[in-house]
Amino acid sequence: MNFEFSEEQLALRDQARRFLTDKCPPKAVRAILDGKDRYDRALWKGLADLGFMGVAIPEEFGGLGAGHLELCVIAEELGRALAPAPFSSSIYLAAEALMLAGSEEQKQKYLPKLASGEMIGTIAFSEGPGNPSPKNIQTVAASGRIAGSKNPVADGDIADFIIVAARTGKAGGEDDISLFIVDVAAQGVTRTIVETLDPTRAHAKVDFVNTPAESLGPKGQGWRILQDVLDRAAVLTAFEQVGGADRALEMARDYALDRMAFGRPIGSFQAIKHMLADMYVAATLARSNAYYGAWALSTGAAELPRAAATARVSATQAFQLCAKNNIQTHGGMGFTWEFDCHLYYRRANLLALSLGSLSQWEDKLITRMRATNAA
Amino acid sequence: MNFEDTPQEAAFRAEARAWLAANAPREYEHDLKTSPFGSVRLGGRDVIAASKAWQKKKQEAGWACLHWPKAYGGRGATPIERVIWQQEEGVFSKLSQAFIIGHGMCGPTLMPYATEEQKRRHLPPMASGAEIWCQLFSEPAAGSDLAGLRTRAERDGDDWVINGQKIWTSYAQYSDYAILITRTDPNVAKHKGLTMFFLSMKSPGVEVRPIRQINGDSSFNEVYFTDVRVPDSQRLGAVGDGWNVSLTTLMNERLSIGAGMPTGFQELFDFCLQAQTPEGPAIDDRAVRSKLANYAVRASGLKYTGYRAISALSRGQTPGPENSIGKLVAGAMMQDIAALALDLQGPSGMLAGEDRLAQDTQFQAMLMRSAATRIEGGTDEVLRNIIAERVLGLPADIRVDKDVPFNKIPTRGR
Repeated sequence: MNFEFSEEQLALRDQARRFLTDKCPPKAVRAILDGKDRYDRALWKGLADLGFMGVAIPEEFGGLGAGHLELCVIAEELGRALAPAPFSSSIYLAAEALMLAGSEEQKQKYLPKLASGEMIGTIAFSEGPGNPSPKNIQTVAASGRIAGSKNPVADGDIADFIIVAARTGKAGGEDDISLFIVDVAAQGVTRTIVETLDPTRAHAKVDFVNTPAESLGPKGQGWRILQDVLDRAAVLTAFEQVGGADRALEMARDYALDRMAFGRPIGSFQAIKHMLADMYVAATLARSNAYYGAWALSTGAAELPRAAATARVSATQAFQLCAKNNIQTHGGMGFTWEFDCHLYYRRANLLALSLGSLSQWEDKLITRMRATNAA
Repeated sequence: MNFEDTPQEAAFRAEARAWLAANAPREYEHDLKTSPFGSVRLGGRDVIAASKAWQKKKQEAGWACLHWPKAYGGRGATPIERVIWQQEEGVFSKLSQAFIIGHGMCGPTLMPYATEEQKRRHLPPMASGAEIWCQLFSEPAAGSDLAGLRTRAERDGDDWVINGQKIWTSYAQYSDYAILITRTDPNVAKHKGLTMFFLSMKSPGVEVRPIRQINGDSSFNEVYFTDVRVPDSQRLGAVGDGWNVSLTTLMNERLSIGAGMPTGFQELFDFCLQAQTPEGPAIDDRAVRSKLANYAVRASGLKYTGYRAISALSRGQTPGPENSIGKLVAGAMMQDIAALALDLQGPSGMLAGEDRLAQDTQFQAMLMRSAATRIEGGTDEVLRNIIAERVLGLPADIRVDKDVPFNKIPTRGR
């Protein structure tokens, strides 16, 4: 059995960590938090120069063609550093969607520029309150034009193109949803920056009025393609969450060792020790489940949907637990703007919602386990 | 990243599988699979006799104590081969329960501390199941705080004379031998006055009293010592070094790698597929699904954490500390799972044993047995301390009795 990353993949992880420790310290994250820019352009260029965006994109489309395991180890480090960049939108979502459903021409047009970081892509699937479903997608498409409103759209205001889930049938069922690629410079596109729990990741409301759009994948297959894309993104995002959870746990541990109360380091009190032990347990389970997802993603296993939901639920729980208990360990200082605890708390809770909420993924997991009927 | 065996591992697995196919005691298979949770019932047949027969057969063919040297009854196998064997033996490993303490803890303690002659006398029959061993550690006043034990050993010529009481001794009633930790000097700090021995459980003055547990079984015992004489030649380690010797024993508790702790999740999932609520199968209920998902990811996380440990073994590395989470997660989870399954049965969930209505489930037995899982072999609280201190590097608890002579430590709370 070899259920571990290879030496080369672990070396890539180390390389990513060194780079991000240098180029993406908390100060860089805070610059975006404070509104200096919508994302860290220097960091984005650095990630592109290292070839990180293209590790899972085939060489024929301008990538390195290494694979998804390489992308997983990079994702872990991006999550650990809270990288304020559109990596997930552009790579886990847009590039994956194009690789799954794009025509040869579409792949040639977009993938090399996504791999080089020249272009930013995203997917717009959320509309109004509630989790995305075929029913609540009200954006309509007909005769190569779309109309509707998407909110929130990750990196919607900085993207160069947006993959839009829109209705092509009337009934509101799965077969009535199709995907389209929209150039943000096209007619009738209005982008409005929205405020979110985590300003270090850009989000926007995007409106389309009679906007020209190009089909991505067969008509009526949009919902199914979207589910496949979300599964792949769930595995990659799980690695970001695992990286974030580990860092939050380290911060709590370090503070518990330094901070004195009642004449002792607070880390010597069992109430704190046991809380941190529970964080470690959650982070360890999440890491192992993320590895399961990575295995399924990289091998194209039939159980990817189940593995992705497992990784997603576990990683979401772990990052949320570690981020909130990191604040708790820090006491009042954890509630200050000055300490970095809230950066992790913000990201943990943003990621918990970004691909559909925890309760939706719990539901998906049980449906998928029941379908395979092999618990 | 893959789950495949190396060619050598695959060859070993095939050999184990072939031997099991020809030799496993199929006549017990059904009863082993359907025994109440945490117990072994063979339809009235003698469990210890069946266990000894299976163990003897395995040992003769080289499938017992795989990691021990051949000279002591083992196979000289690698750690990964041992894991593969555990995976292949499957349900028949339930017949090994009486030997777990001997093979996992007593044997590994004899290896570095007993004489060569003693090892050649005692280890082979331990491996073959001919002689069962138990471990006399816990006492009424020394559980998590094991070093607070009070059983005395006093020197008398070439012998030591033992007086006191042990408790929670698994399988003492079937045991032929035991390792025993005692206090030989009450005038020094508690960790410093301990000494380890091994002795025959047939020694005059040893009395075993089975404990009736909350699940009705008696797998644990009290053991009383009245002027029991043990020769000094059966001392393990130096006088006063018993604590360090016991750490050797406890380090070997990490024997469950690959075998995996039961969590009850598969049973719960199957139950929710068939259990009916007024709205349909329980698995269609939104609240049930959310809870199931939570248990599912914990069960999966344990499984793949185990796979990571096996992978480390496969590469010849030592598994990391992540393996310490197994019992902590599995024990609490099993107790909660049992309660959820009973909840879904409504008032009929209280019916137990032969009167239970959901005949193919055993959550009543699981509810009762799982309470012990969270205590035995390190309580949840001790395990959290271990993770906090040894994995995360947090300070050890402040020990107010650390430098106090043992006989000056207060013994009553109020």
